[in-house]
Amino acid sequence: MLYREAGQFRTTYAEDQQLFPIRQDRIVAILFLLFAFLVVPIASVMPGLDRMIDFQYWYSGVLIPFLIFALAALGLNILTGYAGQLSLGTAAFMAVGAFAAYNLELRLPGIPMLASFILAGVIAALVGIVFGLPSLRIKGFYLAVATLAAQFFVVWALQKFGWFSNYSTSGVITSQKLVIFGYAFDTPMKRYLLVLAIVALMALAAKNMVRSSIGRAWMAVRDMDVAAAVVGIPIMKTKLLAFAISSFYCGVAGALYAFAYLGTVEPEGFNLDLSFRVLFMIIIGGMGSILGSFLGAAFIVLLPIFLDLSAGSIERGFGLALPSGLVSNLTLIIFGALIVFFLVVEPLGLARIWQIAKEKLRLWPFPH
Amino acid sequence: MQFFFEVLIGGLLAGVMYSLVALGFVLIYKASGVFNFAQGAMVFFAALTMVGFTELGAPFWLAVALSLVAMVILAFLTERVVLRPLVNQPQITLFMATIGLTFFIEGVAQLSWGAQVRALDLGIADEPIEWISLNTGMSISKFDLVASGIAAVLVAVLAVFFNKTRVGRALRAVADDHQAALAVGISLQRIWVTVWIVAGFVALVTGMLWGARNGVQFALTFLALKALPVLILGGFESVAGAIVGGLIVGASEKLAEVYLAKYVGGGGIESWFPYVLALLFLLVRPEGLFGEKHIDRV
Repeated sequence: MLYREAGQFRTTYAEDQQLFPIRQDRIVAILFLLFAFLVVPIASVMPGLDRMIDFQYWYSGVLIPFLIFALAALGLNILTGYAGQLSLGTAAFMAVGAFAAYNLELRLPGIPMLASFILAGVIAALVGIVFGLPSLRIKGFYLAVATLAAQFFVVWALQKFGWFSNYSTSGVITSQKLVIFGYAFDTPMKRYLLVLAIVALMALAAKNMVRSSIGRAWMAVRDMDVAAAVVGIPIMKTKLLAFAISSFYCGVAGALYAFAYLGTVEPEGFNLDLSFRVLFMIIIGGMGSILGSFLGAAFIVLLPIFLDLSAGSIERGFGLALPSGLVSNLTLIIFGALIVFFLVVEPLGLARIWQIAKEKLRLWPFPH
Repeated sequence: MQFFFEVLIGGLLAGVMYSLVALGFVLIYKASGVFNFAQGAMVFFAALTMVGFTELGAPFWLAVALSLVAMVILAFLTERVVLRPLVNQPQITLFMATIGLTFFIEGVAQLSWGAQVRALDLGIADEPIEWISLNTGMSISKFDLVASGIAAVLVAVLAVFFNKTRVGRALRAVADDHQAALAVGISLQRIWVTVWIVAGFVALVTGMLWGARNGVQFALTFLALKALPVLILGGFESVAGAIVGGLIVGASEKLAEVYLAKYVGGGGIESWFPYVLALLFLLVRPEGLFGEKHIDRV
């Protein structure tokens, strides 16, 4: 009833090619953006509401990391989900982005913040191309190992060469103040809006990209590279472009991670665990899906918080103190079990569940 | 020159330990085409279980036997819960499932035995052998020699198992072609359980040796990562490759640390050198030293 595209005729090419061809999708997307851009910030400055909900915590503890991880997952999804090149080096590219943005701000005084973010992304893209070169010869697990080389090498280099961290001890950097066009993003809400704007723009760009010729070339290479080559897709260019754009997204995500989320980062923070976390996001969210990157990021960011909260309420409810190791180990177990569960039950991830729900919704309430 | 040989031999002996980890990977990959990322976690789990039982007062052999039982249970559970529902899925899905398994095993291991570092004493001293250091001036640890002896025995036993026994031949048949193996009446499920048990056994041996050397601790799980370049050098499907690859990685990373580090700005290149070596190697021989040659285009 609500979700039915019957009667929506598309009479021009422009209408046929729009991002959300179904009107209801469009409305939902716009409502969602309105909610994120307007309702959340307005609610957080409403007097009275902030006594019920701790907005500062929600901004800096949940929403900002969610958006940043979604951006990184988006980058990995472009590479792994769309172009089919398994990468375990996401965190390395994020690290490149973070340290590049820091150094650009440090060494080129007066460079606009946004420009340094974009340049950081470009630098990450260049690094991505270098470590993507093996993909021209190898694929699958072998390629995963090649990206592991990126992971270890980048973290090592950032720690080893003091220049990257302006000779601070053990490579810790403290990001510069987030000021764009003279406007200081100094509260969690402002930072949230900035991150949201960047992520929304880049997500729309990604959605646009994957349905364009380059996106279709990626998918062709992913599904069968020989066939793709036969129909005239330049394999080398396509793969390297996937690495470049994916690393660009990860680089910007890394810069935001340092500037808008943590403020202080060290190379060790961008370790293999972080790479795996982003990988899990796209597994659970759905490989080859823009929406999936967001769903997966939400899931992975929220799950530990949820587990912590429930452990806390169990402690309060039963009046017993759980050993500190217990919760973290249980988190590990639940994490692992969930990943296996998702792979068994729905290998295509949360995005697929959403799709099934949509198909059901089209027939609802008259299934015949 | 003598120093060179000392570094080389030390590296080779460390490489034997890498080979042991890689061996577990190769076994499972050969028989089921699953790249088992959880091997490192299995090493950790096995060693921790073994130490845990010893601390509870079990004698050495009983503890080993009990840990072996734990690994058998793990193999059955893995086959039933993870592998069977994922039959016919792409390799990459199975790989990711084993990453999930890794987290699960790590959680269970620490939950049941605690997270503190434990010492494990196998009764082999980790000290230089007098006879060699007197005659050649090189210090070579007794422990390393025993470890490589154990590795050699293990490889010999596995080679016999794979080539001479009925189960071993069935394993190779499954590795070659799942459907053909099924058609001649080999039970896939049984084969998978068997191979995971064997991998669990290898993990136990590895865990005991590494644990005796560095203490039984969470860092054991990172061994899985060290084994990856070994696998690439040696090829995913070859037991011999795992051994040779391990030796190359062990020797080259020690030599690089000693002789190359000063050109790239100091120590610590051990952490990534094997990967870069494997990477360069891949560009020349994508299937590894002993891997099966696949003719495909990339």
